[in-house]
Amino acid sequence: MLDQPSALIDIRGVCRSFPKGSGEQLLVLERVDLTIRSGEIVGLLGRSGSGKSTLLRIIAGLLAPSTGRATCRGEIIAGPPNGVAMVFQSFALFPWLTVLQNVELGLEALGVDATERRKRALAAIDLIGLDGFESAFPRELSGGMCQRVGFARALVVHPDLLLMDEPFSALDVLTAETLRTDLIDLWIEGRLPIKSVLMVTHNIEEAVLMCDRILVFSSNPGRVAAEIKVELPHPRNRLDPHFRLLVDSIYARMTQRSEPKAPAIEGIPSTGVGMTLHHVSSNVLSGLIETLANAPYNGHADLPDLASQLQLEADEILHLGESLQLLRLAQLSEGDLVLTEAGKRFAHLETDARKRLFAEHLVTYVPLMGLIRRVLDERPTHTAPAARFRNELEDYMSEDYAAETLKTIVSWGRYSELLAYDEQSETFSLENPG
Amino acid sequence: MRLKVIRTATIEAEPRPNIWDIVALILVIGAMVLIVYGVKQTTAPLSELERTPLSLDPATLPLYALRTTIRMLAAIVCSTIFTFIYAAVSAKSRRAEMVLIPLLDILQSVPILGFLTFTVIFFLNLFPGQVLGAELASVFAIFTSQAWNMTFSMYQSLRNVPKDLEEVIQSFHLSGWQRFWRLDVPFAMPGLIWNAMMSMSGGWFFVVASEAINVGNTTVTLPGIGSYVALAIQQRDLSAIFYAILAMFLVITAYDQLLFRPIIAWADKFRFEQTASGEPPTSLMVDLFRRTRALRAVTWPFSAINRAIWNLRISLPQLGAPAKSKGRPSRLIDGLWVAAILAGTAYAAWLTYRYLSASLGLNDVFIAIRNGLITLLRVIVLISLATLIWVPIGVWIGLRPKIAERIQPLAQFLAAFPANLAFPVFVVGIVSFRLNPDVWLSPLMILGTQWYILFNVIAGASAFPSDLREAANSLHLGGWRWWFKVILPGIFPYYVTGAITASGGSWNASIVAEVASWGDTHLNATGLGAYIASATEAGDFPRVILGIATMCILVTLFNRLAWRPLYAFGERRLRLG
Repeated sequence: MLDQPSALIDIRGVCRSFPKGSGEQLLVLERVDLTIRSGEIVGLLGRSGSGKSTLLRIIAGLLAPSTGRATCRGEIIAGPPNGVAMVFQSFALFPWLTVLQNVELGLEALGVDATERRKRALAAIDLIGLDGFESAFPRELSGGMCQRVGFARALVVHPDLLLMDEPFSALDVLTAETLRTDLIDLWIEGRLPIKSVLMVTHNIEEAVLMCDRILVFSSNPGRVAAEIKVELPHPRNRLDPHFRLLVDSIYARMTQRSEPKAPAIEGIPSTGVGMTLHHVSSNVLSGLIETLANAPYNGHADLPDLASQLQLEADEILHLGESLQLLRLAQLSEGDLVLTEAGKRFAHLETDARKRLFAEHLVTYVPLMGLIRRVLDERPTHTAPAARFRNELEDYMSEDYAAETLKTIVSWGRYSELLAYDEQSETFSLENPG
Repeated sequence: MRLKVIRTATIEAEPRPNIWDIVALILVIGAMVLIVYGVKQTTAPLSELERTPLSLDPATLPLYALRTTIRMLAAIVCSTIFTFIYAAVSAKSRRAEMVLIPLLDILQSVPILGFLTFTVIFFLNLFPGQVLGAELASVFAIFTSQAWNMTFSMYQSLRNVPKDLEEVIQSFHLSGWQRFWRLDVPFAMPGLIWNAMMSMSGGWFFVVASEAINVGNTTVTLPGIGSYVALAIQQRDLSAIFYAILAMFLVITAYDQLLFRPIIAWADKFRFEQTASGEPPTSLMVDLFRRTRALRAVTWPFSAINRAIWNLRISLPQLGAPAKSKGRPSRLIDGLWVAAILAGTAYAAWLTYRYLSASLGLNDVFIAIRNGLITLLRVIVLISLATLIWVPIGVWIGLRPKIAERIQPLAQFLAAFPANLAFPVFVVGIVSFRLNPDVWLSPLMILGTQWYILFNVIAGASAFPSDLREAANSLHLGGWRWWFKVILPGIFPYYVTGAITASGGSWNASIVAEVASWGDTHLNATGLGAYIASATEAGDFPRVILGIATMCILVTLFNRLAWRPLYAFGERRLRLG
């Protein structure tokens, strides 16, 4: 690392896997390289499940990499390194401690003496705009104020690197925006006692607004798909054409590789059953198709536009688009969402006809649904325990994803009246009451 | 800076004391004097007890009440310490957990008076000739009625500590010790306090039995409310019983007002919610101390010590080291560990078998099981009856918040009421009307425990969402349909919680309740409780062990096969909100 004397964090070929339900390992992070130098804000941008939070936790020393090398100032990271502090999505404040006590917590662990502790904590509280709230308990504060406490708690230890795990995603739009600008202002004025920031986000505009460098992650397994330098001067304007261009190009990049894919595993012929399905209510899908079919879109929408009109995050709109694409009701390409012929037909059908069309596409294009229907038809009782399919799914994915996939199948299956499900006995069947 | 101002109010200014200072000061000093006095009595030699026999003079009651109170206090302190250690070890060490948690489950089902039988001799030998030994045995018996559910509650909390807070602790380099006091204990606090309160009620119930110790040839009567009641029963002194009830009422009220309410009001800040709650709990005592001026300065050193303790840099074994995917627990060591446990269990089983088979035959086992089934039948019938009576009443009360507010403390008081106090009524009634004791002694078993059903149902009905009630009204649901479709499913999880506690308590109470006496009149019902009670009195240890083992097995099976599935069903399907 002689050529990079100022590298704060250096990640080389890091992989991380977790045990799956079946006992095998599931790879969530594949050969990631990342260097963080002094004086930059780096963003990790990706869909949920792209391993960006895992990478953040490896840098925070909360998780160890399975293979590869993670160093902080040249030293291997084993346990939380000194000079790295973290801000959490859920704020993670101790509800039984006051604002001041929460902020002092990190200093207590360092053994800083009481007067110094108080002085530094009050300074951090002052800096982040929490003056007057010192003796309040977190439950008396709004979400935005809570996250300010989270920032003060991280800043008070004067870390070299500030890690932020989706710090604004639990806040409402206005609060998040205020907090972002406050933070950027402090950063530009050089008033933050930190050298660098690494933030995880799934909000494309947020990344473009704040970061000097964005690493776009792809999913399954997570790896760095692209690195984008943002050279717009601060303060950045969301309406600036250059800003819009950059956002559009990232959208395009994120939709590029999102064709439904069935991960083939060596030795097992790919049946496509092991595809992760994200739960999207059939109501939302119908609503989206109608919106797309009507003016002003007339079957063709620009994703950033659609997202801002529906007040959805990039992550959410992409999930919706992918679900429609999977069912061949719409097509994602280059940052656009386009209705297929079937999708246009769907928009103008009555409820029962919609269900029939949905059912037809579901059986044809979702291999898991096809499998469940085959099993139900073959069995004399026309019932099958959910465990049978859950086990099969867990060969391909983690337990959580298997559960979500099954939940999706149940919900879509019920809507399309392809199957019935009894929650108590966890069995699929063909009988629909009534 | 606002904080400076707050600090000035507490330490720097020397404010002139106000009237509340004087009241609070007297309370604090008085409590200290009483504790010192009470503790001093315990170091007296055992012969002292025989020289000064118990008296039924009501003037002696305050002192007896004090000693009982101190015993209860000692027991709750021991239970808390035990809870901290046992729960922490089981939650942090996977291997310890494999043994400790099932063990706790069994300990919970061992009848409390069963512990007394075995430990009294041990404790008496620990301090030969001193009252302290007997005191410890009594405290231990009360401890066994309190510790298990507190430990369970803490263990559950420790297993459910929010992950993000754990990560904060790790990434800020807090030590294991700091973590325990800053995260684990506060997070477990609300559940722990609630369980300690329930435990306290249980403790009162058994205090009578644990003070008048009568095992085989060992007879020790420790001065206290419990032995006062025992003596009153022996001498058929109704007015003494009345005084005991009065004293008990006062002591329980004092405990509630002076200890638990302040703790609850204080612990309100540990509730794990991010939003403000409706009505914060209040306490006269906390208000009193908050109104004092000078005394708050006096408490400052305590909070300083407190802070020093949790800032001690004691390094406990690092519990939350980063999880490496390679660092999987070694199968070999696991195997050895399981083998060691199995070997120990087999050895214990063999020892027990050898000990029991020396004096007991297969026939004795059948007798014990038959008695056990009779008691089981009693428990089932009584819980069903209590359900039929208290569920409608509880619902009625729970839907009327004004009344519920007044009834709740009363029900809690009644739950603490020892069955012995009702002996006179039952024994005299059974004898004068020539009733069958097998039937008519049974209600004693549920005398104290039925209230758990009542106050859980009240709690459930009060928590029932008003929009659902309004929906039911607007749909004109009434009569049976309203009960079975609306309110009963709504309170079901609460009811099950209450019924589990009540059924466990009834098993425990059977040892006291199946044998009742009033002066020279002794009534015996057939059942496992009476079986254990008479074996204890005769000092017949093999039969005591057999009886306790049978009860353990029956209680555990009953819980696993009946209550747990019901509880799980209620939690999964009927939990509102």
